[in-house]
Amino acid sequence: MGKRVLLIEDEPNIIQAIGFILSRDGWTVDTHADGKTALAEIARRGPDLVILDVMLPNRSGFDILQDLRADPATEALPVLMLTARGQKRDRELAERYGASRFMTKPFSNAEVLDSVRELAGS
Amino acid sequence: MIGFNVLVLVCLAYAALLFVVAFAAEKRAERGTVGWLRSPLIYTLSLSIYCTAWTFYGAVGYAVRSGLEFVTIYLGPTLVMVGWWWLVRKLVRIGRAQRITSIADLISSRYGKSTLLGVIVTLLAVIGTTPYIALQLQSVSLSFSVFSAEGGAMPDFEALDNTALVVAAGLALFTILFGTRSLDVNERHHGVVTAIALEAVVKLIALIAVGVFVVWGVAGGPAEMMAQIDASKIAEWQLDGGRWATLIFLSAAAFVCLPRMFHVMVVENADERHVAVASWAFPLYLFAMSLFVIPIAVIGLSVLPGENPDLYVLTVPLALDQDSLAMLSFLGGFSSATSMVIVAAIAVSTMVSNHIVMPIWLSARQGGASMSGDVREVVLLSRRISIGAVLALGYLYFRLSGGGAALAAIGLIAFAGVAQVLPALLGGLFWRGATRRGAAIGLTLGFAVWAYTMFLPSFGDSFVLSAAVLADGPWGIGWLRPHALFGIDGLDPVVHAVFWSMVINSSGFFLGSLFSFPAPLERLQGAQFVNIDDHVRNAPGWTHSPAEAEDLLIMAQRILGPAEAQAVFEAEARAQGKAGYLPNPSPDFVERLERQLAGSVGAATAQAMVAQITGGASVSVEDLLAVADETAQIMEYSSQLETQSQELSRTAAQLREANEKLTQLSIQKDAFLSQISHELRTPMTSIRAFSEILMAGPMSEADQTRFSTIIHDEAIRLTRLLDDLLDLSVLENGEVSLNWQDANLHSVLDRAVAATSSMDGERPLAIRRDARAEDVALVTDPDRLAQVFINLIANARKYCDAEAPELRIEVTSGEAGVTVDFVDNGAGIPKASQSMIFEKFARLTDQGRAGGAGLGLAICREIVAKLGGDIGYLPDQGGAAFRVTLPAAQAKAAE
Repeated sequence: MGKRVLLIEDEPNIIQAIGFILSRDGWTVDTHADGKTALAEIARRGPDLVILDVMLPNRSGFDILQDLRADPATEALPVLMLTARGQKRDRELAERYGASRFMTKPFSNAEVLDSVRELAGS
Repeated sequence: MIGFNVLVLVCLAYAALLFVVAFAAEKRAERGTVGWLRSPLIYTLSLSIYCTAWTFYGAVGYAVRSGLEFVTIYLGPTLVMVGWWWLVRKLVRIGRAQRITSIADLISSRYGKSTLLGVIVTLLAVIGTTPYIALQLQSVSLSFSVFSAEGGAMPDFEALDNTALVVAAGLALFTILFGTRSLDVNERHHGVVTAIALEAVVKLIALIAVGVFVVWGVAGGPAEMMAQIDASKIAEWQLDGGRWATLIFLSAAAFVCLPRMFHVMVVENADERHVAVASWAFPLYLFAMSLFVIPIAVIGLSVLPGENPDLYVLTVPLALDQDSLAMLSFLGGFSSATSMVIVAAIAVSTMVSNHIVMPIWLSARQGGASMSGDVREVVLLSRRISIGAVLALGYLYFRLSGGGAALAAIGLIAFAGVAQVLPALLGGLFWRGATRRGAAIGLTLGFAVWAYTMFLPSFGDSFVLSAAVLADGPWGIGWLRPHALFGIDGLDPVVHAVFWSMVINSSGFFLGSLFSFPAPLERLQGAQFVNIDDHVRNAPGWTHSPAEAEDLLIMAQRILGPAEAQAVFEAEARAQGKAGYLPNPSPDFVERLERQLAGSVGAATAQAMVAQITGGASVSVEDLLAVADETAQIMEYSSQLETQSQELSRTAAQLREANEKLTQLSIQKDAFLSQISHELRTPMTSIRAFSEILMAGPMSEADQTRFSTIIHDEAIRLTRLLDDLLDLSVLENGEVSLNWQDANLHSVLDRAVAATSSMDGERPLAIRRDARAEDVALVTDPDRLAQVFINLIANARKYCDAEAPELRIEVTSGEAGVTVDFVDNGAGIPKASQSMIFEKFARLTDQGRAGGAGLGLAICREIVAKLGGDIGYLPDQGGAAFRVTLPAAQAKAAE
């Protein structure tokens, strides 16, 4: 395996939780907490998959997603969106902007794991 | 020498000629070949009935007495025809469109078919015309007597009377024969008009012949004539400006308002283009009529000094033994008199019959009007009787007044009498605001003033007005003297009477119109009269259109109701041998229908309505009714719409307002729910994730402790969030109960500092205070105030990013209250965010460091506001700085 995931999330405890779950499954997990510099971080790390929170400091996850999809280098990069707001509108926006998958917090660990495996495998 | 018998024979022959001409013209018109009968020439000549015997004979007498003043009588009509011919054209157009039968009908029709106005104008016309007819009779009998005197026998008064009676009877016969041959809807009398046109030619030729005779036959040429005129006393006459202006005005007004003039000018008019020709041809005729007046007068004065100058036209040729010329002159005078009497009798009898006799007859038979009887016969009979009555009145007046000098002045008096119609006439033509009431007031006042200042005094001091009244006014009231109203003395009686009657008449008319409101029919008529030029270009002649019967049926249905109207029409159609509802509109049927309608809407209206349909008028009754209906409906409908639309726009505005509020609330609610959701789900996520990890299986002791701690911390965070939410909700809903008590600021701050320092795991924060300044007495809720302070100190502890975090608490107390500033030494809050830090969920830094839901400052703001104070951010203090302002203890205690 040895695939790499970039987790973009600002809540320390959630970073710890996801980091723990995925690394235990054999993933290499990098984390980033700021919205503004997230794109640069993705370009620098070149992950196989991105887990992207919607509510990030300084820049919204949706904006980052749009930029990813507009860039040919990252337009096919699997992106798993996370949101704590869970409203219908957010799901629609995520679909329109091209999220590979959308999950509402709180999630079950197994669900996250399955999604990540599936997205990275496809 | 011409004997009396010869004279009578000539007269009879002339009368027979008139009968033949009139009869031929009638026959020709009946065959439908009107041709020259409708030419502008005939129209112009018919207007010459303006020149009566009074002008034919009297102008010379007038010239002898007052020099050139007689010209005013010709100048007035000339001015009207030349300068105001469009007014005449407008009258003609209205007359055509409205099927006007007389000037009384015009006034009545204009002011909503008012019966009252019709009666007033008719009375005025009768009173003004009767003496005038008497004057004609007098002139004819006088001219007879001149010949009799020549024949040797002295004219006795009895013979004079008999002559007048015979003439009156003959005229009545002629007028009845040709004036009431048929009851035409268009009121045209081709026979009569042709006959008076012939008479116009006769009187013009006669006067010119006498003129030519005196200029070339007696004086010896124009140059000698001029010399004689210069030498005579007529040349010494002085012009009186006021009198001239008045007389010109009077004759102009009379030219339009005299019943007989109105009749030939408007009612008998066949084509409005004739007016354009008459506008120059008629003044020429008048010019020819007046050309030789002065020469005849001058020669008369030299040949027959001391004789009656009113008869010079006749007596001068006689005295110079020109018998045939005298005979021609006699015929000219006879023509002038008879044509005037005939037309005047027709005009006045039409008015009397239509406005007095018929309304009375119809109302008397109200119940049985539709049952039986022939209205046509009744109308004709009433016309004939009216003609007889008018001539009889004229004759009686002639008898009673004794044929004296009183008659000579009657011309101007009659002019002034009929001129009273002028304000109502002109106002009705040009001013839509003119009303029936105004017209009635003006006419009545003018009539009264005219009668008082001119008509009654003309009888001398023996009739109605006594000498005392004439000299000193009634009951000795000086300013009511008939010849010096309101104390204005020294005016010529004619000028005086015309001035006051017209001023009072016009003022009454104007004010009466201003202060009254026209009825719907009146407004409709007013609009049609005033705007007639927009509706009519050149009205077509009288034609039968195929749509007539249908129009009649539609109109009848509106008035009688569909069932009854259809029954009438069906019965008529069956009688004519036709199937269906539409019979031929034969005169009989139209007549019957009109009678039927009169039972419902009154005679005047019914007649006008039927005449408009059968007469091919440009505006149909249906249009009129439709306009009336529509106007009423539209007005009602539009006022309803207006009310509704006002209500609607009010409601719409309210709805918009409510909607805006709801939208705003909805946006706020969405944002709030979204925030709550986020704040609740974030700790839940950690709790769920780590619980599952813990459940999943074995791990190191250290990990187990770490994960449990996270779960514990997040659970506390959740609890705190819920506490804050509830607190804020209570505060916002105003359900909080404050525990007001005396407190000391210092002790409250002590509690707050102690509470924050006991918080777990916080970074060290140095707090600088000034105990003396803090010693301020307050009336407040100490617990709540401490909560605010705790929040502010905790924020500083959390967010101050200095190396060695430090918080200064500065207290200032003054008159207005106490301010407590919390200033730290950190980077402070960016300017852009300063305005929103007191809003709910306004959190500037990332989640981890904040550890709260972002409700703290929002709660602080609510609490301080409840305590009667204020909280704000102080910019540019070197770090984050908050100021809490509290009311002074006294102020609070005083509340």
